[in-house]
Amino acid sequence: MEIPYTVKARPDTGVYNAKLGIWLFLASEIMLFGGLFSAYIFLRIGAPAWPGEIEGHLYVHASEVLNVPMAALNTFILIGSSVTVVMAWASLMMNRFDRFRLFMGATILLAFAFLVVKSIEYGTKFEHGLYPWESNFLGIYFVLTGLHALHVIGGIVVNGYFLGPGSKLWKTNPQYFTNRIEIAGLYWHFVDIVWIFLFPTIYLL
Amino acid sequence: MAEMHSAEEIKAHVRVYLYVFGALAVLTIVTVAVGYYHLPIVPALIVALVIAVIKGGLVASYFMHLMTEKRLIYWLLIMTVVFLLAMFAIVVSAFHSQEGVHLVP
Repeated sequence: MEIPYTVKARPDTGVYNAKLGIWLFLASEIMLFGGLFSAYIFLRIGAPAWPGEIEGHLYVHASEVLNVPMAALNTFILIGSSVTVVMAWASLMMNRFDRFRLFMGATILLAFAFLVVKSIEYGTKFEHGLYPWESNFLGIYFVLTGLHALHVIGGIVVNGYFLGPGSKLWKTNPQYFTNRIEIAGLYWHFVDIVWIFLFPTIYLL
Repeated sequence: MAEMHSAEEIKAHVRVYLYVFGALAVLTIVTVAVGYYHLPIVPALIVALVIAVIKGGLVASYFMHLMTEKRLIYWLLIMTVVFLLAMFAIVVSAFHSQEGVHLVP
């Protein structure tokens, strides 16, 4: 059975089906991260000090516990990757498959760079005995950034598929493939937006 | 996008993408710089959230093409925001309803 409306817009919705699908998925993702953000708000307004006491030390600024320059670097990496993934789509729109490969490859490399920086951050925390169970602050920090990192890994898998075996579709149905890249891009931009909110909330406030 | 764009149109888009990247980079620097001042929590929260909303709005409007999206997608997102705010409201009201309960430091 052929999947309907992969290329043309469905008359009643005005969009091709996958676009409505990804936006519904992203709406559910907003509620998922929103739930965790509300947990953060709840923990924070109930805390006498934030980040508060961790292993006998009283911290009053998150930046004393977390590495702000590294997180700022990761912000630049992610917004850079948002540009490369939209350029990958724009390259296909301009019929430039070679440039698509270049930009999609760059997107995946930047995603790996983000994970490397994140794992260095996690590693330093663990070296200092800062584990999720040490305090509410560390608990919500690891849950929020960990879930976000899982989404980055998910993006690498999807984008890797479209750079590799999935790119065969370009030869048989270029418009369908271009739409798929737009959808993958929408997901990737969402991962970027989550980080844009996570970074100031957790590291700077 | 189902409708085809001319190469010229896409080239114009690409220029806009680079401007948006520049704006995002500048706003990130501003966020970090303001963070180092350790403002009191309310102004710090307002500044951080306003900048984050602008940055998120730029990504959504330009990179995710929400500027030119169909009405159905707008409605879907408006409903999502309504439910998200309702969820936040439930959490905050749950916190206030436990007034009188002593928080253990």
